[in-house]
Amino acid sequence: MLAIVGPSTTGESMALVPILNTAATPLLSCAAGAPITQPVKDRAWIFKTPQYDISAVEAIYGYMKKQGISKVGIITISTGFGDAGKKALMEIAPKYGITIVAEEKYGPKDSDMTTQLIKIKAAGAQAVINWSVGPGQVIVTKNWQALKMGIPLYQSHGWGSKKNIELAGKAAEGVIAPLGRLVVWDKLSDKHPQKALLKKYSKDYEAKYKSEPGTFGGHAYDSIMMITEALKKVGPDKKKIKDYIETKITKWPGTGGIFNISPDDHCGLDKSAFEMVVVKNGDWEILK
Amino acid sequence: MLTVFLQFFFSGLTIGAVYALVGIGFNITYNATSIINLAQGEFVVIGGLMMWFFSESLKLPFFVSVALTIITAGIVGFLMERLTIKPLKNPDLLLMIMITIAVSIVLRGILMFFFGKDPYVYPSFTEGEPLSIYGAIIQQQTLWVIGITGFCIILLFFFFKKTIIGKAMLACAVNPTAAKLVGINVSRMVMLSFVLSAIVGAIGGMAITPISLMEYDKGPMLAVKGFCAAIMGGLGSNRGAVLGGFIIGILESMTAGYIHSGLKDAVALIILLMILFYKPAGLFVSKAMLQLRKF
Repeated sequence: MLAIVGPSTTGESMALVPILNTAATPLLSCAAGAPITQPVKDRAWIFKTPQYDISAVEAIYGYMKKQGISKVGIITISTGFGDAGKKALMEIAPKYGITIVAEEKYGPKDSDMTTQLIKIKAAGAQAVINWSVGPGQVIVTKNWQALKMGIPLYQSHGWGSKKNIELAGKAAEGVIAPLGRLVVWDKLSDKHPQKALLKKYSKDYEAKYKSEPGTFGGHAYDSIMMITEALKKVGPDKKKIKDYIETKITKWPGTGGIFNISPDDHCGLDKSAFEMVVVKNGDWEILK
Repeated sequence: MLTVFLQFFFSGLTIGAVYALVGIGFNITYNATSIINLAQGEFVVIGGLMMWFFSESLKLPFFVSVALTIITAGIVGFLMERLTIKPLKNPDLLLMIMITIAVSIVLRGILMFFFGKDPYVYPSFTEGEPLSIYGAIIQQQTLWVIGITGFCIILLFFFFKKTIIGKAMLACAVNPTAAKLVGINVSRMVMLSFVLSAIVGAIGGMAITPISLMEYDKGPMLAVKGFCAAIMGGLGSNRGAVLGGFIIGILESMTAGYIHSGLKDAVALIILLMILFYKPAGLFVSKAMLQLRKF
């Protein structure tokens, strides 16, 4: 055994970190949590291919700044995903001159978030950011539309499935989210370095599994491609594979973004891995 | 100020109506058998998902889909009783309740197998904009849920108070031996109570799915909240379950609105505990009644 790909949740990856670090075996985790690879000096053998939560937040805040939005209300799901998002949203806000005027929560099986949204509006927010996966993001979207809130709704990178647009119907119109390019590959210009790769991955995936490719499959694909490349170049040696990934994966287009892995950053993706995408006429549209 | 208050109130009604319908389902099985059927939440999920299957996937007309969903749920209730409750040699209450937990796990597995883990939704029963009252909005589907809840209660009231079968079912819960002696087929009444509670659960599921979406594992949460509604009002009392459901829903919404949304479940449950502390049988059941009960 030369290297491990996966697991896809932060908790499980964290359990593997100390074991593989002592065993000096490369781990390419498919989970997003920043603590998996940070601090790098204690995690020499650990890499991850999903984007950081913080990068998604930076992409949203960067776009908001351009739109002149400075006061936001956040609403998060009470799970690990929502809590990590909330932490990132609160931490980065001052850097972009953004004030969080309301901070609300809901449970993963809640059926109505009208109350929380009304509070956010009453607090004078200029935009709402919802951070969740699952049905919650659809219910928030429907409530947001029903209330005619008059302020834009932003979703996390968990929003990136056509299924969500189908479920929310016309309520989804105008929702903005930072999404990896995998869901919008057909809208990229042909010159974009990720385009050819994403096209092939999407087509192959759809041909084989008859369903829309998800981002997690892409993370595993990126991990496996990195290891394959390393194996081809340096042969079956753990140390050499690790060194290759650490130093040679630069300007490397994958499904999650363009990777620039370095000895200081074992993920190699930043906010440029995301496009700001708006829902228009039941489809994604990239915002400039 | 009034608008905001009304909005919190309507949001509470929406949430509460869901709990109330699940609470009523618990009461039916309880009234006929003294069993707490913890698979009640799964009946609600079956209602929502089967309705989606018939109306969206097979594109059948609305009323045909409703009828088929009710029949499917009735069959599930029937099979559950015949396969797991009836074969018991020594029907012990605690054992039967544990069996219902097992059934709920099996049902969830089957639902996941057929529907996957994705949530499902279909359009509201009536199309159109939400109603606006003093600037606060209420979704049309919420009114449907409240109306259907009321309709179910009235039907059940007449069923249990005015029909022979209904009275026979009540008799089975009070004293199965005596019921047998006067010629009631106890086993059939128990079966009927499962069918009926499955149908009421499924009707609830059909009504709430356009608001809350439905996925295979929503059952346990619905069961817990519906059960809270039922015990707050007093197990066995449908009026109580409805009131209990709305109180919990409105408390959750008001806590989220005026205190913090992170605390809403905690506050609602603390108030439930306090009510049970002062009125252990629930709001609508007297202490004397409580002593007559087995569970």
